Amino acid sequence: MRSVLTALLVGAVFGAGLVLSDMVNPARVQAFLDVTGQWDPTLMFVMGAALLPSALAYLVRRKLTRPVLADRFVVPENAAPDRRLLTGAALFGIGWGIAGFCPGPALAGLVLGAWQAWLFVAAMLVGMIAHRLLPALSESQPAPRSAN
Amino acid sequence: MEPLSPLVAIAGGLLIGGAAALLLLLNGRIAGVSGMLATATRIGAGGPPWRQAAAFVIGLPLGAALVAAFVRRPELLIAASPAALIVAGLLVGFGTRLGNGCTSGHGVCGMARLSPRSIAATLTFMATAALTVFVVGHVMGI
Repeated sequence: MRSVLTALLVGAVFGAGLVLSDMVNPARVQAFLDVTGQWDPTLMFVMGAALLPSALAYLVRRKLTRPVLADRFVVPENAAPDRRLLTGAALFGIGWGIAGFCPGPALAGLVLGAWQAWLFVAAMLVGMIAHRLLPALSESQPAPRSAN
Repeated sequence: MEPLSPLVAIAGGLLIGGAAALLLLLNGRIAGVSGMLATATRIGAGGPPWRQAAAFVIGLPLGAALVAAFVRRPELLIAASPAALIVAGLLVGFGTRLGNGCTSGHGVCGMARLSPRSIAATLTFMATAALTVFVVGHVMGI
């Protein structure tokens, strides 16, 4: 039960960070990606700052035998990139560039008065279902090694 | 669009990374939004326990709404047409499942532990996203 409350709190802190840093604003994100236009460095500061506590946590993890509220750490093994991973990342990037939304900011956008976020999230769920329904992809898929 | 103070951006980034750190050290899990969403909606498997994923997915917009109400009201500027939003959403949903993650799982969590897969994924989606913005904005002129 405590781990569920933790997840709720962590989700809230995550969403708070997305709004504070303006990563919920598609134009801000696209301005970072627009390297030949009026470039906006905000996303670089956000990601750089986010990596600090995250990296620190992985260093602390090495000293721990188990997490505070769970039996074990569930972290993907460091394997080599493969075609599936790179194809998925490439497609994700195209969608991210078109809309300026990635999954976190889109979920936050649901409560920020942007109807576009609802349309985007609905389409995103359909895309996730489409991936699940494609048997050829699922069969070639090894055991879940989720990093998402 | 007004520039955002780098200090505010850094504060927001620390919250995002701090959230990822908390989830790892307390629950032993990766804070990846696409995976959490897939698990919470039962579209995907292999993620955290369902109740944790659902709590995270509910908590994220709650935290966003709180900051928007009391700290900083964001202005969302969205240029994409409804058709473009649908295409983009389909690509993001399909791509993040195929590639096992998005900006949070690969970008914030995977890169922090120097995962070769996450570094490769992040470089790839950054590159195709920048290329897409270039083509849409400067070639097609939308």
